[in-house]
Amino acid sequence: MNFWTDPIKVIYDWLMITLTGWGMSGWLADVLINLLGIIVLITAAMVLDILLVWVERKVVARFQDRLGPNRVGPFGLFQPFPDIIKLIIKEDITPAGADKVVFNLAPILSLASVIFLWAVIPLAANVYGVDLNVALLYLVAAGAIGTLSIIMAGWASNNKYALLGAYRMVAVMISYEIPMIVALLIPTLLAGTMSMKGITLAQQDGLWFVVLSPLGMLLFLVAAIAELGRAPFDLSEGESEIVSGFHIEYSGMKFGLFYAGELLHAFTFGAFVGILFFGGWNWPLPWGDKYPLIGIFNVLAKGMFFYWVIMWVKYTVPRLRIDHMLAFNWKFLTPLAFALLIVTAVVHAIFKDLPLWAYGLAMFLSNILLGWAVLEILRSNARQERAAEETPAPAAQH
Amino acid sequence: MDASQIIFFLSAALILVSALFVVTARNLVHAALWLIATLFGVAVLYVLLEAGFLAVVQVVVYIGAIAILFIFAVMLTRRDLLSQSSQTNANWPVALGVSALSLAAIAFIARGFGFSLDRPLAPVPTDSLERLGQALVSPQQFVLPFEVASVLLVAALVGAVYVAMNKK
Amino acid sequence: MQNPWVYLGLFLLVGIIIPIVPIAFSALIAPRKPNPIKQSTYECGIETVGESWVQFKAQYYVFALVFLIFDVETVFLFPWALALNAQNPAVLPAFIAIEGVIFILILVAGLVYTWRKGLLEWA
Repeated sequence: MNFWTDPIKVIYDWLMITLTGWGMSGWLADVLINLLGIIVLITAAMVLDILLVWVERKVVARFQDRLGPNRVGPFGLFQPFPDIIKLIIKEDITPAGADKVVFNLAPILSLASVIFLWAVIPLAANVYGVDLNVALLYLVAAGAIGTLSIIMAGWASNNKYALLGAYRMVAVMISYEIPMIVALLIPTLLAGTMSMKGITLAQQDGLWFVVLSPLGMLLFLVAAIAELGRAPFDLSEGESEIVSGFHIEYSGMKFGLFYAGELLHAFTFGAFVGILFFGGWNWPLPWGDKYPLIGIFNVLAKGMFFYWVIMWVKYTVPRLRIDHMLAFNWKFLTPLAFALLIVTAVVHAIFKDLPLWAYGLAMFLSNILLGWAVLEILRSNARQERAAEETPAPAAQH
Repeated sequence: MDASQIIFFLSAALILVSALFVVTARNLVHAALWLIATLFGVAVLYVLLEAGFLAVVQVVVYIGAIAILFIFAVMLTRRDLLSQSSQTNANWPVALGVSALSLAAIAFIARGFGFSLDRPLAPVPTDSLERLGQALVSPQQFVLPFEVASVLLVAALVGAVYVAMNKK
Repeated sequence: MQNPWVYLGLFLLVGIIIPIVPIAFSALIAPRKPNPIKQSTYECGIETVGESWVQFKAQYYVFALVFLIFDVETVFLFPWALALNAQNPAVLPAFIAIEGVIFILILVAGLVYTWRKGLLEWA
């Protein structure tokens, strides 16, 4: 064991010896070192968040054929810092009729609910906050706090737009939580554990879950985008009708917290897609399982890639209407999710003791078959709808 | 007193104080938010009992779904959210009687347990979650309740749909 | 740290405190000059009519109700998914899978009922 194979343990032991050498009791030193680790982890996430501001602005500019920030620092890389300074020194306005305590609590909870997720991300085989055996449900629980923060913000602002935005956002978030939970059930089922580390290890020993369940991956990605409230599911913002929705009355740093939370949330879910379906720390660089620094790079690279995919969707697809949005979830995504769960469970139970290639082939083909069946159903539905639209048309001409 | 006892007292205090605010808050949304604090305290109690799964489920179902439902109900059914309605109605003596009776019943049952700090802790198996799953699916144990739970929830859904349709 | 939940408790505590830091910092150095116009409700420059906390479409509530039922159901499915992979299962994995499938099908029947009754339409 040395620094390159298990850095956390080496640093922990060194600090432990130093602190107990100063006469500190063992458990206090343990708590202090863990506290330090937590602060370092969260600070790293916040620094990443600052970088994401630049990435987001630069990428959207490229999608829209603009240059994006390019004045402050090389490639505009230092642009986020003036942004932050501006947000901090800006006057913080609380509307007169607002419920002050709830109004101030909402942005804090919003960012905190995203930070909470970082406790369970396995950045490498032995670099993670905590290896919780219910990590996947914990992820949903943290999402529940996020939902709560939005409804608090919308209600406390004393503004009709904010309240309407919050209603829409919460309706979308709770609706898409069902396919999201079912999509989380699929890695649970395949790996036989809810721990993120366990799921990554199961993929290291076997096949990536994106091979075993490509539909599950797509389902998770779509549900995650809805959960994030990003376009095409960003009708909570709807700047043309309800002027940015639930955070309309927030200014200065409180708005900044909502914004930072949104960006970090998107990146974190990108990382979750990488961890749950694309082998976590194992690829693209080799030896990610042996050398944690390579593992961290791999996880962050995958997170960045899927963050970019989420942005790609955001800046390509137009916004949906609320009725379409809910219909898409309850009439398409939820039934599909349950059908997928049934197929996955049955095929997994029958084939799991066969050789890996046969098992993988069966899982993959069953997914493809289900996907094809869904497309056929959609096509025949569309045909019927078109026929229904077209038949009365000649009659109307008479 | 060890750390887990301190955490227990803190979370018990959180539960009691916020429960008190739930019933005394004049603003219904505030009452719902205090209810969330109460439910979170209960989740902490589950953690102390080494039932991590239940703790997370408590947050997912109670805070993520039921509390949100409450807030929606409050916001969508009252025409005027600021109305400072009276916190009691004519039935309060009955409610008081029922609560006192429930408290007496709980005290009566709890008396039989004989709480003691010397009692050794029951060991919690590391694979308790997997055992829970096994218990839910094995025919000797709870497979029938497992399926009936689904029927029960669908019955609840049908009831909710019926009520919602009548309202429309 | 031996107990993951103690670590998680610490994490939640720090996770709440860290977002407070920039707000507190901003409250210290940002100017504060409130006036009635600045503090009025923002409705694109138009005067607010009536109360802001008004009743909206009650149908949001219906979706929350349906969601609640499904949320509770999925919680049962996590232990089931774990049982499917157990080392020495009580019954054959195929039977466990079928038990889960029955559970899910009952649940889907509820969804179909809601759908057929038109509760999923945004009227």
